[in-house]
Amino acid sequence: MLLSPVAGLGRSTLALLAMIGRMGLFFAQTLAAVLRPPFYLREFGQALWAIGYNSLPVVGMTALFTGGALALQIYAGGSRFNAEEVVPSIVAIGMARELGPVLGGLMVAARVASSIAAEIGTMKVTEQIDALVTLSTDPMKYLTVPRVLAATISVPVLVAVGDSIGIFGGYVVGTGRLGFNPAAYLKNTADFLEMWDVTSGLIKGAVFGFLIALVGCYFGMNSGRGAQGVGRATKSAVVTASVLIFAANYLLTELFFAA
Amino acid sequence: MIELRDVHKAFGAKKVLQGVDLTVPTGESMVIIGGSGTGKSVLLKCILGLVRPDAGTILLDGKDVTTEERDDFLSHFGMLFQGAALFDSLTVWQNVAFRLLRGSLKRPKDEAREIAIEKLRRVGLGPDVADLFPAELSGGMQKRVGLARAIAAEPQIIFFDEPTTGLDPIMAGVINELIREIVVEMGATAMTITHDMTSVRAIADDVAMLHDGVIKWSGPVGEMDNSGDPYLDQFINGRAEGPIEAVR
Repeated sequence: MLLSPVAGLGRSTLALLAMIGRMGLFFAQTLAAVLRPPFYLREFGQALWAIGYNSLPVVGMTALFTGGALALQIYAGGSRFNAEEVVPSIVAIGMARELGPVLGGLMVAARVASSIAAEIGTMKVTEQIDALVTLSTDPMKYLTVPRVLAATISVPVLVAVGDSIGIFGGYVVGTGRLGFNPAAYLKNTADFLEMWDVTSGLIKGAVFGFLIALVGCYFGMNSGRGAQGVGRATKSAVVTASVLIFAANYLLTELFFAA
Repeated sequence: MIELRDVHKAFGAKKVLQGVDLTVPTGESMVIIGGSGTGKSVLLKCILGLVRPDAGTILLDGKDVTTEERDDFLSHFGMLFQGAALFDSLTVWQNVAFRLLRGSLKRPKDEAREIAIEKLRRVGLGPDVADLFPAELSGGMQKRVGLARAIAAEPQIIFFDEPTTGLDPIMAGVINELIREIVVEMGATAMTITHDMTSVRAIADDVAMLHDGVIKWSGPVGEMDNSGDPYLDQFINGRAEGPIEAVR
C-alpha cells in the first residue's frame, strides 16, 4: 500500500523508456524506408500541400504579431539604457534565429502533428492500415515517408516566410508606433542580420519539421482503439512534438552558437 | 491449400489461439464460426502476416507464409474487411484499382479504371459511383466496393471478415449471394469468419468452429446440424444454456 506511489512512478518510467525505444525504432524504420523504392510521389505532393502551403496563414499570422510585439518589448527594454536604435537588428536576429523557427514549429506541430496522428490513427482503427498491407503496400512508405519528407522540406520554407513576415511586423510597429524612419529601419535590419542567423533558423526548421511529422505518424500508427484511442494519440502527438521542438531547439542552439 | 498446424497466439496474459489445426483445400469455401472475441479475426490476420503467431506453422501450398517474400505472397490474397476499410482519401474507383495503380501489378491508369468499373459492375454498382468518395456511400455499398477491391487483382484466396455485420437482412442476403457467386466463378479458395448462421449456410462448403483457442469441430456444412457436438449445437441454435458460458 505504502509502496504503490513508488510502483506507479516505476511503471510510468518504464513506460516512458519503452516509448522512447519504440520511437527510436520507428525513426530507424522511417530512415530505412526513405531510401528504398517504391516512392509515392502523388502522396508526397499532397503532403507538401497539406503541411506546407496550408500552414502558411497560421505561421504568417503568428510571425506578424510576434514581430510586432517583439519590437515593442525591445523598444521598452532598450529605452532603459538609451539603446532604442537596436530594435530593427534585434527583431531581425530574434525572429531569424529563435522565434521564427520555434513559434513557427510549434504552430505547425499544433496543426500538422495533430492532423497526421488523427488521420493515421483513424486509418488504423478502421483497419485501413491492415488493408494497405494486404494490398501489398508498406504503410511506412505510403503514409510515413511522404509526410516526413514533406514536413522536413516545407517547414524551413515556412520559417523563411515567417521570418520575413515577422520582420515586417516589427517594421510596421517600429515605423508606425515607435517613430522609426522607414529607410533607417530597413538599413539597420539588413546591416546587422548575417547569413548564418537565417541559415541556422532554417536548419532548425528542417529538424522541427522532421520531428513533427515523425511524431504524428508514430502516434497515429500506435493509436489505441476507438474514438478515445485516436483522441489520446492526437493529444500525445501534439504534446510530444512540442516538447521535442523545445529540446531540439536548445541542443541546436548549443551546437550552433555556444562559444 | 492453406494449412495451419498448432498455431498459438497470446496478447499479454490473454491466450487467444491455443493450438489451432485447420486445413482449407484449394477452391473450397471454409467458414469459421465462433463467438465474439474467440480469436477468429486474429486467426485470419495470422495467415496474412498482419499478426505474427507465437508458435506453430502456417503453410500456403506447402510454403511457410512467414518466410515467403511479402509482396509476392500477398498478391495471392484479397480481403474484405469488416468495416470495408476503404481509403477515404481516394475515390471509389481508385480504391478498387488500388493494387493495379502501384506495385508489381501496376498498369496504365485508363486500364486500371476500366477494370475497376468492371469489378464494380460485378458487385452490382454502376459506373456513376466510380468517382464518389467512400463517405458518400451507404454501408451496404461500401461493403460492395470492398468486395470489388478484394477481387480486383483476381486473387487465388479471398478472406471475408464478418461480411454481413451491420447490414440489414436483405442486403446481407445480397452480399452472401455475391460472395458465393464470385468465389465459384473465380474458382478461388475462400475463408470467411462470421457468427451469422444465414451467412454460413449461404457461403460455406466446410465449417470450422473456433472456441477456447482451438477448433472444436470442423466438417462439411451439410453435417453441421447433426454433428452431435454440444458446442456447435449450442452455437448454431443460439441457445443460452450449454457448454459455452454466456455472460448475462
